[in-house]
Amino acid sequence: MCLSIPGKITEVYADGSLIMGKVDFGGVLKEVCLDYVPEAQTGQYVLIHVGFAISVLDEDEAMARMDLVREIENYEEELNSDEIR
Amino acid sequence: MKYVDEYRDPAQVKSLLEEIAKVVSRPWTLMEICGGQTHAFLHHGLDDMLPDEIELVHGPGCPVCVTPLEQIDRALAIAARPEVIFTSYGDMLRVPGSTVDLFNVRAKGGDVRVVYSPLESLKIAQANPDKQVVFFAIGFETTAPANAMAVLQAQKQNIKNFSVVVSHVCVPPAMEAILSSKHNRVQAYLAAGHVCAVMGYHEYPPIAEKYKVPIVVTGFEPVDLLRGVLAAIKQLEAGKAEVENAYERAVTLEGNLPAQKVINTVLQPVDRKWRGIGMIPKSGWGLRPEFESFDAEMRFSVGEIVTQESPLCIAGEILQGIQKPPQCSAFGKECTPSTPLGAPMVSAEGACSAYYRYHREAVFHE
Ligand code: SF4
Repeated sequence: MCLSIPGKITEVYADGSLIMGKVDFGGVLKEVCLDYVPEAQTGQYVLIHVGFAISVLDEDEAMARMDLVREIENYEEELNSDEIR
Repeated sequence: MKYVDEYRDPAQVKSLLEEIAKVVSRPWTLMEICGGQTHAFLHHGLDDMLPDEIELVHGPGCPVCVTPLEQIDRALAIAARPEVIFTSYGDMLRVPGSTVDLFNVRAKGGDVRVVYSPLESLKIAQANPDKQVVFFAIGFETTAPANAMAVLQAQKQNIKNFSVVVSHVCVPPAMEAILSSKHNRVQAYLAAGHVCAVMGYHEYPPIAEKYKVPIVVTGFEPVDLLRGVLAAIKQLEAGKAEVENAYERAVTLEGNLPAQKVINTVLQPVDRKWRGIGMIPKSGWGLRPEFESFDAEMRFSVGEIVTQESPLCIAGEILQGIQKPPQCSAFGKECTPSTPLGAPMVSAEGACSAYYRYHREAVFHE
């Protein structure tokens, strides 16, 4: 039940007071509730859990952060090896 | 698919495994809290690929497993009523009550339906005004926003034939309960990434500090899982006990605020009994008094419920990471996915079912 899956928003619309949307899970389209991610827009990826988007996936930032961490670590390693030398 | 494939990239997995091997210098025991992560570790064989020094023990993060037997029996009694359409997430259907499960109820003529989202349950209620539609609202913080929203919508739209059996549990109190047990073996936690997507991780620093354990927010794909392990091991090796986020793409410190708002509107903290573990104070959510009219257990009186657990099942110890499934004498013998004695053998997040699916040969050749 805790399995959430990422999908891409293809459409946003209102259903009564709820923000709903169509989300593409690798070819399968499903209706999901977007009320908890009011900022989400068509084309963005969201994490879906029991029919509700719970988070907008911030992929680029995550990737950039991973790269940055790696750079910092490499830099630290270099510094450390300099000290030893 | 995008955002999945790159997190299963074998080259990245390999380099993370190498780095973990480089960093680890002595034995450490980590607990992944979420049963979805247990299945992911075993499914991808990552538990076998990790250095021998690292032992994973499996946590209580299986909502189906920790839902108390009394609650299941009460739900079964409600589901069997002729005026009721009982709706539930699919993995609840096979969970054994004292004598039957929801499948048996259905076979005997009960109207039991699987829904993917609680909003579907509301639709069923609207389409069947002459029936009582009941939804089994169980789960951790991940399903709470959806379940709470269904109740809120029922109130807003004045849907009177809808009600819920609520059995919500929360992760942080269980983390504390495990760490304060005298049998505890956990030295670091991989925190459940999707729980944190909803709740953030601001609740964790006091736990990390009090019990001196690193807590690393961890995702579900192989690369995510190994990044979590690596971060935890680095902290352990350095003698640190901090809260760290290794699942940045889905999780922020404060979590999903609109979701938390709806949870707090509809639900309030309550003491909860965890199946196999026992009562943990303030470890769950129940309906607020304003929403009591949607409480199925009040709407349908189900009488005295006498429960009967299998005497062989050691699920409680398994859910606390004290024992592992192969140590249960019934594992794979009296207890299999088609003849489950306990919930961890049924659920797609239960540790016993994970071992049965992915480690059976290893276990049975021992
Ligand atoms: S193998 Fe079956 S009987 Fe043993 S602990 Fe797991 S669910 Fe219970």
